Amino acid sequence: MIELQHVTKVFNRGKINEVRALEDVTLSIADGEFVVLVGANGSGKTTLLNMIAGAVIPNEGWVSLNGQEVTRLPEHKRSRWVARVFQNPLAGTAPELSILDNFRLASLRTGKKRLVIGINDQFRNTVRDKIAGLGLGLENKLQQPMGSLSGGQRQALTLLMSVMDHTDILLLDEPTAALDPRSAEVVMETARKIIADYRLTTMLITHNMRETLRFGNRIIHMAGGRVVHDIDAEAKKALKLEDVYGWFG
Amino acid sequence: MIFYLSALTMGLCLSAMGLGIYITMKIFRIPDITTDGSYTMGAAVTAVLLTQDWSLPAVIGITVAAGALAGVLTGLVHTRLKIDALLAGILVMTGLYSVNLTILGRSNVPLLNTTSVFSALSIFDKAIYNEVWVSLLFLILLGGLLSYMLRTDFGLAMRATGNSESMTRALGINNDHMKIIGLAIANALTALSGFLVAQYQHYTDINMGIGIVLVGLGSVLIGDALINWLGVQRIWLQLALIVAGCILFQLVLALALSLGVNPNMLKLVTAVFVLAIVGIPRLIRNTAS
Repeated sequence: MIELQHVTKVFNRGKINEVRALEDVTLSIADGEFVVLVGANGSGKTTLLNMIAGAVIPNEGWVSLNGQEVTRLPEHKRSRWVARVFQNPLAGTAPELSILDNFRLASLRTGKKRLVIGINDQFRNTVRDKIAGLGLGLENKLQQPMGSLSGGQRQALTLLMSVMDHTDILLLDEPTAALDPRSAEVVMETARKIIADYRLTTMLITHNMRETLRFGNRIIHMAGGRVVHDIDAEAKKALKLEDVYGWFG
Repeated sequence: MIFYLSALTMGLCLSAMGLGIYITMKIFRIPDITTDGSYTMGAAVTAVLLTQDWSLPAVIGITVAAGALAGVLTGLVHTRLKIDALLAGILVMTGLYSVNLTILGRSNVPLLNTTSVFSALSIFDKAIYNEVWVSLLFLILLGGLLSYMLRTDFGLAMRATGNSESMTRALGINNDHMKIIGLAIANALTALSGFLVAQYQHYTDINMGIGIVLVGLGSVLIGDALINWLGVQRIWLQLALIVAGCILFQLVLALALSLGVNPNMLKLVTAVFVLAIVGIPRLIRNTAS
């Protein structure tokens, strides 16, 4: 459950380069809803996502997650509810740490990172099984540094990492933008499976119109920092590619 | 022989600092030069407490605490006030000069008839062998502790912080806290080097820390080159190679002295040597591309 009440965000207020990124946005996203967020560059999509994650604090309005007000809670404290996958495949993983180390940290997203060695055979096997499920052949490369993998592999693993620990909300900011079509397909299929299996409340930003229609059960179109279209599951079924293109006229 | 053994001992004594600089420079990617101050502080605290007959464990504890405090200060200035890490380090280092002078009470304190770790743990007849073995024992203990720590969940979080801050934030890690803790550990290690060197050379001098960060930096760069060259992944081996870097660095300086370089020129030799370590790989890369 994500709620935004009259949130406004202005960057560089009063300066010549002032940007009004969000203008009085009110939005409620129910548990298990999969929202696809579309809009031109600068329409406020990423600011909205960052505000839910805690990376951006609103100037006005408030944010709540699962019924708890979190407006001023910093990002690292919202990780209790929120998992993220970034546009840049490098941003969601630690390149010099091994795949296994990355997964270990991901499994502690909501917990304490204590002074004990947490990686044991049982943990290693759990991770190996999960990674084998991706079908990318990475299950035997657990000791390899994350940085040695391709962008697509890293994005797929980041998605898997997001469900290593309990999460309610998954934020995907153009997860396939930096990937080739084949890798993009693998990543989106992984996402679809994880979201369904764990019944995650999801927000996906994409510039890919086909993805927009294929995924999710609600579409939100933003322009100039406001929500201009909000299409529910029923209306989405009737929506055609031309309609979506029409929004960007 | 004695000449090279003393270079080896000096390298081992300075390795604690090398491990500290490895943490800040390689793990957190923070250029921390609090080192000059925390190294002298370790030596100053050691000199004052040993001349007042404090027990060695107590001296070690207070030295570690003093170094950690210096690191925390730099960390707070850097993270809370958003001041560049380099400037934060310079500020604390400069301030520490006066603090260290106050601790020492004068600019030079000899340690001639006091107990030291080297005499307390001596097993050989010759002093130099004891110095080698005690400093080696010290380093093995420190390296073991550090390599264990870096493999724990907390250590993973620490290593990830320097690697990808966006990731660690998203995984519920407070990056600022991590940096402060990292700087505290690094400077505590540096202070321990001061502790060892003061006893090894039998005096603490207010100026002994000047430029020591450069020695540490050069040593870590050598160690890091070895790590990359050998493709070492295991943490304890990486730490061992950093120690090797520290020893190599001291051997080069010893070699320079034995070739008749004027001791007054030693700082210049150090600077040129570090410049060569940093510069030559870049020159090779530039000409290759």
